[in-house]
Amino acid sequence: MLPLPEFTLHSPRTIDEALGLLAKPGAMIIAGGTDLLPNMKQGLHQPEHVVSLQHLAELRAIRVEQKVLVLGAMTSLAEVAEHEDVRKYATALAEAAGTVGGPHHRRMGTLGGNLCLDTRCRYYNQSQFWRSALGFCLKKDGEVCHVVEGGKKCVAAASNDTAAAAIALEAVLVIRGAQGVRRVAAGEFFVADGARNIAIARDELLVALEVPRVAKRVSAYEKLRRRGAIDFPLLSVAVRLDGSAVEVVVSALAAKPRRINGAQKLAATQVEAIAEAAARECNPMPNIDGDVAWRKQMVRVMVKRALVRAIGAAQPST
Amino acid sequence: MSDRLIGKAGKRGDLIKRARGDTPFTDDLALPRMLHGKTLRCPHPHARIVSIDTSKALEIPGVIAVLTGRDLPERFGIIPWTPDEHALAIETARFVGDGVAAVAALDERTAVRGCDAIKVLYEVLPSAVDLDSAITRPEIGLSAKKDDNVSKAVDLAFGDVDGELAGSDVVLDGDYFFEGTAHVPIEPHCTLAQYDASGLLTVWSTTQVPHYLHRELSRVLRLSPTRIRVIQPPLGGAFGGKSEPFGHEFTAAKLAMVTGRPVKFLISREEEFYLHRGRHPMRLHFRLGAKSDGTLTAIDARNQIDGGAYSSFGLVTTYYSGQLLSLPTAARSYRFSSTRYFTNKPACGPKRGHGSVQPRFAFEVMLDRMAEKLKLDPIALRRKNAVGGNTHTINGMRVTSNGNLECLAKVEEASGWKERRGKLGFGRGLGVASSAYISGTNYPIYPNEMAQSSVQLKVDRSGVVTVFNGASEIGQGTDMLMATIVADELGLPLEAIRVVSADSDLCPVDLGAYSSRGTFMNGNACLTAARLVKEKLIAAVAAKLEVPETSVFVTRGALCVRGREGDAVPVEEAIQLAEAKFGALGAVGSYKTPPNLGGEYRGGTIGASPAYSFTAHVAEVKVDVETGVVEVVKVWCAHDCGKALLPTQVIGQIDGSVYMGVAEALFEEHLISPNGLHRGPNLLDYRIPTSLDVPQIHSMFVESLDPEGPHGAKEAGEGPLHSSIPAVANAIYDAVGVRLHALPFSPGRVLEALRQRKA
Repeated sequence: MLPLPEFTLHSPRTIDEALGLLAKPGAMIIAGGTDLLPNMKQGLHQPEHVVSLQHLAELRAIRVEQKVLVLGAMTSLAEVAEHEDVRKYATALAEAAGTVGGPHHRRMGTLGGNLCLDTRCRYYNQSQFWRSALGFCLKKDGEVCHVVEGGKKCVAAASNDTAAAAIALEAVLVIRGAQGVRRVAAGEFFVADGARNIAIARDELLVALEVPRVAKRVSAYEKLRRRGAIDFPLLSVAVRLDGSAVEVVVSALAAKPRRINGAQKLAATQVEAIAEAAARECNPMPNIDGDVAWRKQMVRVMVKRALVRAIGAAQPST
Repeated sequence: MSDRLIGKAGKRGDLIKRARGDTPFTDDLALPRMLHGKTLRCPHPHARIVSIDTSKALEIPGVIAVLTGRDLPERFGIIPWTPDEHALAIETARFVGDGVAAVAALDERTAVRGCDAIKVLYEVLPSAVDLDSAITRPEIGLSAKKDDNVSKAVDLAFGDVDGELAGSDVVLDGDYFFEGTAHVPIEPHCTLAQYDASGLLTVWSTTQVPHYLHRELSRVLRLSPTRIRVIQPPLGGAFGGKSEPFGHEFTAAKLAMVTGRPVKFLISREEEFYLHRGRHPMRLHFRLGAKSDGTLTAIDARNQIDGGAYSSFGLVTTYYSGQLLSLPTAARSYRFSSTRYFTNKPACGPKRGHGSVQPRFAFEVMLDRMAEKLKLDPIALRRKNAVGGNTHTINGMRVTSNGNLECLAKVEEASGWKERRGKLGFGRGLGVASSAYISGTNYPIYPNEMAQSSVQLKVDRSGVVTVFNGASEIGQGTDMLMATIVADELGLPLEAIRVVSADSDLCPVDLGAYSSRGTFMNGNACLTAARLVKEKLIAAVAAKLEVPETSVFVTRGALCVRGREGDAVPVEEAIQLAEAKFGALGAVGSYKTPPNLGGEYRGGTIGASPAYSFTAHVAEVKVDVETGVVEVVKVWCAHDCGKALLPTQVIGQIDGSVYMGVAEALFEEHLISPNGLHRGPNLLDYRIPTSLDVPQIHSMFVESLDPEGPHGAKEAGEGPLHSSIPAVANAIYDAVGVRLHALPFSPGRVLEALRQRKA
């Protein structure tokens, strides 16, 4: 068995207490632990202090406010997937949460944890032995990128299902720090750096996701994967329709989910043209396991499928 | 007996225990003062070990002992003619993951730190990490003589292949590639060793071959077998991946001897992929000839086999890649040439359907192509060229019972083949394939004249019977089968039978859970022993009642006398009468294969078996032509197991085989990168199906009642895997008109084939 490295576990009862603990050097957050613990066993993180959010009840609620849906960061992915209001106002997000891992992962794993998921790469998510045999990589302990020859910037992939959905739905991340609360649009939260692709300081805490409630808005999520469950996305596609206006976000490409520019000038019904634009703008890399040529071909198919479903949902039911 | 348990479906006591978590894994065993072992592994695909400095490791508090290869200089290997492994590499390491040193420490974490502190100086050597470089670069010198990379070559011909091909109306050629796959048992390897003050070494290990482990421990440790006891706890799956000795079994034992403390090695999931012994990647070229009436004239096969770093069972694998293809559908002549090459990869070995699953894929797809060419139904083509019962195959193997045609008929009917094939519309299709497999091999791995399986019964006067059985319970149900056989013979309730298995101190020898030998050989040994006890019970009851022995018979709970229904003697009382009459009650039974089952040529014994099982599959698939994703919707599988002694288990074995075959058809790829590193030694990168990816499985059995099997039974554990893969391939062709030549049938490959079909 791979032993877990040693650490001190903290279980704060208030957000302020949690923030104080996060200020300690080498502290990391554990929410559901479905990602952190296997990564620690592989030697990817060696936090001295692990701060559990298990007892912060205020992070768990889902609230329907007049203009927004507020989802606490510690809401389980299973609850996000099943919650009636989330399914109604943020369909793509509910669908995305419902495709993470398997039932056990969704019961343990949290929305905040998935949004802040470490980027993944086939040269990074391996054991200490394997990575040392490889000679390590840019993202951890090494200087070479094995994905892009001569690459100087890590291109590990955003592999969180909820990221593309949050961006497409114009969601806002609510972050608490020592200085108080700040709000960041999901579109700004993810940055193009595989080493760390989230714009949040290590001593800050994601407390909630706010999703706008917009009348007649529809959305859908499509995930490319080989198996019916467990797999991280090989492509992650979220679409949002407001009447004929359309937003398409594709992720599991590199560190930053990609908004398809070409789609913004098109009407939602121009499905083929939008899919074509997405295929033109997206270039999957051999950073995650799987057939790159196939993933490239599938951009068009997944975007089309998401659009067709969203358009279907926008039709008044007869 | 009329109310026999044999042949009845029912709950399996030991499976319920497994499902509830009551059956311990080997890792659940713990002893006082136990140390934890870890293996330091080589990070290069091929390297000379220049020096090893263990001093820094020994300075770490909590590190108790360190071993290197020089501490265990004796070579070992499952095949006595090819011992080429060391417990830890001595001069050269041959793949990324090869063990070079081992540490025993107070806990796992410290053992890992100990490994990290060992300094190994390597000189990196040229390596062959694929078949092509093994073939084209003999100078790498991975063979025993170091003059090439050949592990084993076999060339055998039966009949006039060239003449038959020349006289054929149709000759087809095909090139196929079967990617390697791993076993992925739930329970990884684990070994616990204890060396007590009296000098007795006890080794608990997750092995399918406790007897061979006993022998090899004795040889490698240079310790008399009288000072070694091997115990195999119930296993959480094996599938062939635990059927030979492994390095950590020796290092655990040696470290226990050196430290005087128990030592446990638990292998990680990643290491599991390095120990491997999975299915060999094979490149297969097939030529198949036929007359226009459908008579198959010739099969000409050339197979290149990627063996990985060590011999393992490779000698046998190389033979099996050809020998097991002469059943159930055969041509008038047959030739195969198979060469196994060493590569700098984890060693390949036996996986469920050893050596024969890969050529079966190629051959059954060739048959489908031939049927199409000849405008024949593929089932009809198989019927026309079927080898019957009570005959010999073209390569000289004796065949007795043969339910092949019944298997074909069952899947044909159940799947609605005649009405539905070719009529399901573009994107959906049906495919058929059939196969045969051995029920054990006719010779033990090391030549000897002793029994291949033995069982000892101890009968207690309370009515409890204990079966001491050398066989290995690995989840397949041998313990339950033995208990059921004994319960039926002696008229006892199942709860009165205890089975003690796979303990070299307590049980007579059985060669192990491999080559699908359990039901046939162990079952026969047990039946023999039980019948000897029964004879004594009958004799004692006959004497007591003063009736002829021939009039006494066993019913559930009592021995009765024909025509005197009132005179029943409860079994417990019969046991006491017999004990009074004969003294302590017990019996031994053994099984040994009859001689001369195979052909009279070098290698003719490999593939020979006392009985063959037969299987037919029909698969139904749905192909998404936009994504290339193949969904296996349903599989119908009929398997001739001779007699389904425990029907629930037989169906379970068929279900499991279909699952595993479909997994290999669609998902599994044991890939090594050009730099020699495993592509992803974990269960995210190495994909096995989730419950959502498993097809609907309709398993059926055919009972051909083998004349030599226990109650007519044959194997069911491996045969039903073989034809599942080509059935899927042939169904894909029926669905979308493309032939896939390489496994697995991944969506990228399907799309590419569809694109080429359009062009």
